[in-house]
Amino acid sequence: MKKNLLFVQGNEACVEAALYAGLEFFAGYPITPSTEIAELLSYRLPKKGGKFIQMEDEISSMCAIIGASLTGKKVMTATSGPGFSLKQEAIGFAVMTETPCVIVNVQRGGPSTGLPTSVSQGDIMQARWGTHGEHAIITLTASNNQDVFAMTVEAFNLSETFRSPVILLFDEVVAHTRERLIMPEPGEISVVKRLRTSVKEGTDYHPYLPREDGRLPMSDFGGVHRYNVTGLMHDMWGFPSDNPKIVYGLMHHLVDKIEGHTKEITRIKEFFIEDAEYLLISYGSSARTALHVVENRRARGEKVGLLEIQTLWPFPADTVRKRCASVNCVIVVEMNMGQILHEVKKAVDDPDKVFLANQINGSFITPTDILNILRIIQGKGS
Amino acid sequence: MPVRDYIRERFFPHIWCPGCGHGTVMGSMIRAIENLGIKKSDIVVVSGIGCSSRICGYLDFHTLHTIHGRALAFATGVKLSRPELTLIAPMGDGDAFAIGGNHLIHAARRNIDITAIIMNNSIYGMTGGQYSPLTGYGDFATTAPYGNIDRSFDVVKLAMGAGASFVARTTTYHVRSMIKILEKAITHKGFSVVDILSQCPTYFGRKNKLESAVDMLKYYKTHTIPIGSKEKEKNPDLIERGIFVQEKYPEYCAEYDKIIEKASKER
Amino acid sequence: MINIMTRKEKKIPVLNREWCKGCGICVEFCPKDALVMDEMEKAQIAYKEKCDGCGMCELLCPDLAIELK
Repeated sequence: MKKNLLFVQGNEACVEAALYAGLEFFAGYPITPSTEIAELLSYRLPKKGGKFIQMEDEISSMCAIIGASLTGKKVMTATSGPGFSLKQEAIGFAVMTETPCVIVNVQRGGPSTGLPTSVSQGDIMQARWGTHGEHAIITLTASNNQDVFAMTVEAFNLSETFRSPVILLFDEVVAHTRERLIMPEPGEISVVKRLRTSVKEGTDYHPYLPREDGRLPMSDFGGVHRYNVTGLMHDMWGFPSDNPKIVYGLMHHLVDKIEGHTKEITRIKEFFIEDAEYLLISYGSSARTALHVVENRRARGEKVGLLEIQTLWPFPADTVRKRCASVNCVIVVEMNMGQILHEVKKAVDDPDKVFLANQINGSFITPTDILNILRIIQGKGS
Repeated sequence: MPVRDYIRERFFPHIWCPGCGHGTVMGSMIRAIENLGIKKSDIVVVSGIGCSSRICGYLDFHTLHTIHGRALAFATGVKLSRPELTLIAPMGDGDAFAIGGNHLIHAARRNIDITAIIMNNSIYGMTGGQYSPLTGYGDFATTAPYGNIDRSFDVVKLAMGAGASFVARTTTYHVRSMIKILEKAITHKGFSVVDILSQCPTYFGRKNKLESAVDMLKYYKTHTIPIGSKEKEKNPDLIERGIFVQEKYPEYCAEYDKIIEKASKER
Repeated sequence: MINIMTRKEKKIPVLNREWCKGCGICVEFCPKDALVMDEMEKAQIAYKEKCDGCGMCELLCPDLAIELK
């Protein structure tokens, strides 16, 4: 097996994947527990002619990568809770201007300074609704290094395909757990290139008019087409407009281009689902604990299954409804006070059969935290 | 090429109020660029939010109309990723010195080759006349009904202190020198700050007994003096104009290219 | 492209009445007082002979409404 085997942290897997996907520009600001991403890229990016800059804060880091993306580069920034809060306005600008970019948020204990070196999954709703106004967003997550690698490449691909910011929502456990990573060969995983317009110079290039296949070819700043990019509601040429017809059209374009392709974007993993009577639904590092419980219970003949969600947003409601239809009970396993729990309750036919097994004290959720809930549901008491 | 070739005519007449100085600043920017012969497709104009920042819609360059205060952060991303482009960041005084102050001092500290043009009308015009960090002590504004008690920055000292390698001030009255200064600022290989006093007759003027644009331009004529003029001793309130700093410091993108060289030599 | 003028043709300001917002700056600061505000509050060249083609009006105009031709 000649495969390139690495033994790395989750943050390093994310860096390897970003470089694999063609990352050329990174702007960031130090914050536990994501700083390793910035440190590694400050060393690796210039080796391949890429650019790294440590900006004066998370706001300017987010703004800088949008600027760089508009010149035709694949871009990324990385932060944690407090920085993720600071970036929200600029993320909204990336949504409105349909600028491809990847934002890594390695979750830590919140709110506020919270528990900088401890794990939590408290930023799920912030990823969805952090920035103001109606919008759609793509958010991916992963529970182990190999999936961190796959989801990071996926984040770049989806951001180019849908011309949208994509949020990679990791957590402190995944980010700092050192484990094996099999490096794919170049070309083994397909990488979506920046789609550039073929419209000749001098002809009208519309930066914001999707083609029939829904994709939106771009033109690099510095190229032959000069156009305007603005956070204001705008027409297909990128110029400000408050015409209700144009506003209605753009609002629906921004939301439907993502929510309308939920199936295509959905990434899930299923373990022992077919005959499951009790279904655990989890994501991120919590899914590791959930998988341990499932394997442990299956060894004792109990029909427990796990649905691991990798695309938090747009939330795969149809898939969740189908998988929960035939089970007695659903237990959502997450390290917050119930966030994906609400999405699952909305998705399933019978919300009363959805329970929460969680941990919010900063320590990593354990199998016992889940088993205590499972026993009660199974009528066995604690 | 006449000015007409540099603007997006379909959006004229522009939205600025009658007598607003921002149109004059835009005209001077265009004439400076024309004199320098820079290709339109090599220029990226990055602005924030406010009256001044609507300039992006009117200029036939690559234009990026961003969010309040963050123009220089966006511009840094554009410039560092494509250093061959000419980056110009027109901002309002609030845009640049209030919410955007942090990005201004750091862009200056890095000495990245961007030209920051402060269209300084000492007021927040778009939102209807509130005072800004550059509104004078005792001046009036909608949020300073009893007279402003905030002391304002010395823009030149602030920019110099932060490390900007080109710092100048001019006014919309001194339009020929404004064009010359803008030419030097744009060609300067490093971070340039050009503080341009630009009249806002609608809000600043009305609130501060300067009835019209004409009165405000006369005020600029009589209340500013070239750097080093003797009258400054007699009347310290006079505002100096001209080029205060024109130094050669290492430019950020050039320095980063050296890092790329160093990094690619390593194994 | 050097514009070789056969005889010394003096360029004079041409006003774009649509763009002019009547601020009066050009009229005030024209060194030769060749411009006036008309009844529609729009700038206008009234005394062509006074104008020496200096171009101050063109540079000062906030509306880009004046072009020397």
